[in-house]
Amino acid sequence: MLKTLIQNGRVIDPSQEIDRVTNLLIEEGRIAAIDVEPTDEMKVIDATGKLVVPGLIDLHVQIREPGFEEDETIESAGCAALAGGFTSIAAISETNPPVDSAAAVTYLGRQASEADHCNVFPVACVSSGRQGEEMAEIGILHNAGAIAFSDGQRPVSNPELLRRALEYTLMFDRPVLNRPEMVELSRDGVMHDGSVSTVLGLAPMPAEAEDVMAARDIRICEATGGKLHLLAISCSGTVDILRRAKDRDVSVTASICAYQFALTDAAMRGFHTSLKLNPPLRSRDHIDACIAGLKDGTIDVIASGHAPRSSEKKMCAITEAPFGMVGLETALGLVSTHLVHAGHLDWLTVIRAMSTNVATVLGVEKGTLKPGADADVTLIDPEAKWTVDPSTFRSKSFNSPFGGVELTGRAVETIVGGVTKFRYDGN
Amino acid sequence: METPGFLEPFVGRWTKRHLLDLESLTSDEITLLLDVAQAFKESTQDCRQKLPLLTGRTSVNLFFEDSTRTRISFSLAARRLGSDVIEFSASSSSLSKGETLLDTAKTIQSMCIDTLVCRHKAPGTAQMLSENMDVSVINAGDGPHEHPTQGLLDILTIRQHRGDLRGKTVALVGDIAHSRTARSNIWGLQKLGAHVIVCGPSTLVSRRWEEYGVEVSYDLDAILPRCDVLNLLRIQFERQYTRPFPSVREYALLYAMDQNRMQRAKSDILIMAPGPINRGVEITPEVADGEHSVILHQVNNGLAVRMAAMWLVSAGRAN
Repeated sequence: MLKTLIQNGRVIDPSQEIDRVTNLLIEEGRIAAIDVEPTDEMKVIDATGKLVVPGLIDLHVQIREPGFEEDETIESAGCAALAGGFTSIAAISETNPPVDSAAAVTYLGRQASEADHCNVFPVACVSSGRQGEEMAEIGILHNAGAIAFSDGQRPVSNPELLRRALEYTLMFDRPVLNRPEMVELSRDGVMHDGSVSTVLGLAPMPAEAEDVMAARDIRICEATGGKLHLLAISCSGTVDILRRAKDRDVSVTASICAYQFALTDAAMRGFHTSLKLNPPLRSRDHIDACIAGLKDGTIDVIASGHAPRSSEKKMCAITEAPFGMVGLETALGLVSTHLVHAGHLDWLTVIRAMSTNVATVLGVEKGTLKPGADADVTLIDPEAKWTVDPSTFRSKSFNSPFGGVELTGRAVETIVGGVTKFRYDGN
Repeated sequence: METPGFLEPFVGRWTKRHLLDLESLTSDEITLLLDVAQAFKESTQDCRQKLPLLTGRTSVNLFFEDSTRTRISFSLAARRLGSDVIEFSASSSSLSKGETLLDTAKTIQSMCIDTLVCRHKAPGTAQMLSENMDVSVINAGDGPHEHPTQGLLDILTIRQHRGDLRGKTVALVGDIAHSRTARSNIWGLQKLGAHVIVCGPSTLVSRRWEEYGVEVSYDLDAILPRCDVLNLLRIQFERQYTRPFPSVREYALLYAMDQNRMQRAKSDILIMAPGPINRGVEITPEVADGEHSVILHQVNNGLAVRMAAMWLVSAGRAN
């Protein structure tokens, strides 16, 4: 019987409010116990100076297979996830064909199983063909293994469709993940609407486009009692609206992408297509409001917003480039550098937002180090200084604006089901 | 060819390889560009005389947007300096076969060219090319961002008619939101000491310009008596999804420069328009063709400014 003891690490488990230096025992792919002393029959992993946390879960990952394998495959996304410290990812449909059939969900599961890297949770479409018109066969998709429903970067613009979806998913106790963006207000937008966009002449994406849609979505959620998750919020107005909704016990949660904290919209002065993001980089006041939202629990989840795009798709004029950046391999480093080391958040709050809360939102039995749980564990060196080098990414795409940037903190070992799937060797 | 005497005072003073915008230039650099343009104009019989300063060099006009005056002006400027000129048309290029913009530009570069003159509908395109290629890049308009040579020729025109810009009040009237000319004018005029007002409907004139020291007004009649120069910008309907004002008629009523308004303006006001002008919308025909109008002077100055820009970036590259 294989036993592994992760020894002398700082064990942080928000699900049990644990934050202390101790030992964690893994046995038969499950968490066996904490505070266990080593014996001869144990394989020991020395975690001195490291954080030992429930495996990170990324709720917002675009997997581009099938249809856009030049950007990313399930295989490559799994490798990238492990290198970033993620033991599980929720794969949001940005594929062609879209994940709106049982066959597509099954395909995702089979490819993930064959790849055998991290856990991949399929998120199926809310609407048939991601067209935003007719509800997809949510029951069939659920039975096939979909754990949530989302049209990904394409917001559910039709309020009636969102209402129906939130009502219908109640039967399966599954969330709808919607990106709050009123596209009529941000059409053709490239960057945050502010003084920088005024000077650069780049079409703006006003904060109101997010705020208005978030308010609408929350109101519909409140009326239906369904589970709504707002994907990738970025604006102070949205944080306010969300905070008030939570005060009324509306069953709404929200996530934010890690890159939001690293840069402001001023970075767009370089016109680099790797910075064309949706939601866009915001101004400092919005970022500060989002940090406050994370601190007080208004924002539940930090995601990577991983949106891989092959180089040729970004080698064009900024107005023609697709949105997005790869995020799986930099998310933790960005959070560590810009939220923890910058003094905004403690590690317990960060791990809650990157693991425990994510599991709760998705309704999966992950995000905990309780005895009996799957032994999905991430070891983090919070002081490791490393320089982002996109050429070493496990992802198939390199569209990151952080190349050459030094970060502090990274995953050094990623354990899935008790098996070490990734160990950082300096590359 | 040896540098002609009238250019001797300017040799070695320009160090940049590209001309991408006016925002990043110093007042000295802008003044140098204007002085060189003025020198070309005065010493080459209004730029008619050929000077083989760029003989053996090749300039490519990489225009992804329609243009008449700017393209002709750049072509002529290059030829007057002895450069070969290649015209590139986006519609008949490999871009229509799916090639990326950068690959197209690099292909052209591999044919041993020296200067790329680029116009594109996307802000930042000229900058992107300058960062990825080994040629000099001149921005001939990148979407609504900047059009530095247009800004320079506007400023040169004002300087020729009114001298020093310090203390002068220049109003840019119209579609500021979508105007690259406005942005280049704002930076260039401010750096040379002018007071800049942006004026037009509130849907096209952002209050955010105040953060950059620009006065914002929605009332042309209120600011008119204070203005030394009015630069009337075209409404760019092609860049807008929803009309930013109820009707052209209403716009003309509120902002078109007509004879009635001329009566209330300073007696020596300069009327400018970067063109193409919509007669009857921004400006009535009698004002466009009237004694205060310097619109054709602007076009003429364009040639001198572009000769100056091409000569200077070539010298900057050599440095």
